[in-house]
Amino acid sequence: MDWFKRKRSVIAPQDRKDVPDGLWIKCNGCGEIIYKKELEKKLYVCSNCNTHLRIGSDVYISFLFDEGTFKEFAKEVKSADPLNFKDVKSYKDKYAATVKKTGFNDAVVCGTGKIEKQNVVMAVMDFRFMGGSMGSVVGEKIARAIDVAYKKGWPMIILSASGGARMHEGVLSLMQLAKTSSRLARLATKNIPYISVLTNPTTGGTTASYAMLGDVNIAEPDALIGFAGPRVIKQTIGQDLPPGFQRSEFVRDHGFLDMIVHRHELKQRIANILDFFKHKNPVAKA
Amino acid sequence: MANNTSKFVLEFEKPVVELEEKVKEMKEYALSSGVDMAEDIERLEEKTADLRKQVYSNLTRWQKVQLARHPQRPYTLDYISEITDYFEELHGDRYYSDDKALITGLAKIDKYSVVILGQQKGRDTKSNILRNFGMSNPEGYRKALRVMQLAAKFGKPIITLIDTPGAYPGLGAEERGQAEAIAKNLFEMSRLPVPIICVIIGEGASGGALGIGVGDRILMMENAWYSVISPEGCAAILWRDSAKAPEAAESMKVTAPDLVDLEIVDEVIKEPQGGAHNDLQSAAKAVKKSIIKHLQELEKIPSDKLIAQRLEKFDKMGAWEE
Repeated sequence: MDWFKRKRSVIAPQDRKDVPDGLWIKCNGCGEIIYKKELEKKLYVCSNCNTHLRIGSDVYISFLFDEGTFKEFAKEVKSADPLNFKDVKSYKDKYAATVKKTGFNDAVVCGTGKIEKQNVVMAVMDFRFMGGSMGSVVGEKIARAIDVAYKKGWPMIILSASGGARMHEGVLSLMQLAKTSSRLARLATKNIPYISVLTNPTTGGTTASYAMLGDVNIAEPDALIGFAGPRVIKQTIGQDLPPGFQRSEFVRDHGFLDMIVHRHELKQRIANILDFFKHKNPVAKA
Repeated sequence: MANNTSKFVLEFEKPVVELEEKVKEMKEYALSSGVDMAEDIERLEEKTADLRKQVYSNLTRWQKVQLARHPQRPYTLDYISEITDYFEELHGDRYYSDDKALITGLAKIDKYSVVILGQQKGRDTKSNILRNFGMSNPEGYRKALRVMQLAAKFGKPIITLIDTPGAYPGLGAEERGQAEAIAKNLFEMSRLPVPIICVIIGEGASGGALGIGVGDRILMMENAWYSVISPEGCAAILWRDSAKAPEAAESMKVTAPDLVDLEIVDEVIKEPQGGAHNDLQSAAKAVKKSIIKHLQELEKIPSDKLIAQRLEKFDKMGAWEE
């Protein structure tokens, strides 16, 4: 039955070696192969389909802050592995390997800096560090950042990119929801603005704490935002989920986001909002 | 409820129950035949008591999780009817509906008028459907907040009874902002100017539990569990096998003594031997005693200091190095 055999020479796949590692990136929205330097210039937004590709805290910091103004703090805070947690690997080993691989000590980078000349305190989560999961370190660093904002009277911004609380620290991770939310309640007593920026993905305990508590909640387009994961919901209700479920546009249309902002406009729109809150209206003379 | 004729027996309890039944049989036989078996019966009763003590004082974490989920375990309404002299349920979140999985109400406990609230599970299929297995929708958290703010307005302490396998992971729950509802509660509970006592009476699963779990005192029943995710959920994600739940319960350290060690829980409330379902009255008595003790301590603290202490309490939670 020779005629059923594929003629390999005719449909041989393109040689992958033609695309050197790191120079080209495939858009996970439309599949387009894009030159990395071009994508960098576009802040990792696909110019073909507008997909906002996932980026790290370093990229966000580089384009949100006025050049050279960002100063990191609490960089050395590290997990203490309070439960001596064993999964397939021990948490200690997994954590150490992730620190080595990413160059970060945990899933959030905190610092002060200027956005269009306005002082802010910002916490930027990083999905590359164990899925941006929130454990004791993330909670502690965010709590400290909120306290810096409280003391200095500067606006607070938290950019979320997180699958939720970190299982390896058990109930201590859960308590970080309460710890961060209660610090935000304290910040609110001074009427200091807090802006929450939700990126893909923001789910679980992160959504159920600071990410949903902004005076203004901003999301990037088409980000997955929710409490329970889509798979769990599908299993629970035993039916397919509607198109666009738990995406930014869906969450905005159900009333939980103030706006969806394109990455190219993010800095300017945040600056405008900060300026609005700072602005003093003329006082009428009696 | 804790009716021994139809007792639900967990796997690890079987040897104890077998001995208990043998004693019962011997007693019946002795009575009907008139044979004097007093000595043998006594010996077997002693043996049963020894075994009971041995089994229940060496429970693994997973066995405790099973006790926390025991179908005859007392639920929120059971405790309310035992510990309060007056209870008037308040319904509805005033926005959307009344969540039957989380009940709230006005109550009197001893000399205190308080607001009491908690998740409610069902005992059979019909009541479980009504109660949604104790899994609240956003409306439940919003009702809880409404009633807690009512308590604050009139200076009443708040008692929360936590018993949930989690916030409901449903389509409508997401559409109506499950995450926002929980986050809002954490935010607002941290600054309510009245004493808040939280008691984990059964299951404390994740954000669904914490959504009514921010307070000045966190108390926990001896056989309750509380963690960031259920042992099954953890096992399914980390080992891709929910049958590894017993290992996950060990790894995550989910029991009351664990939470005391981790400085999350202030006090463990002892349960009757074999679990609260074996003796509701004495379990409820212990809960009431503990609540009153803490109310007496908290009522003396001025509200600004109370809020500052609550903030500090949660700020200390976690473990990190630098």
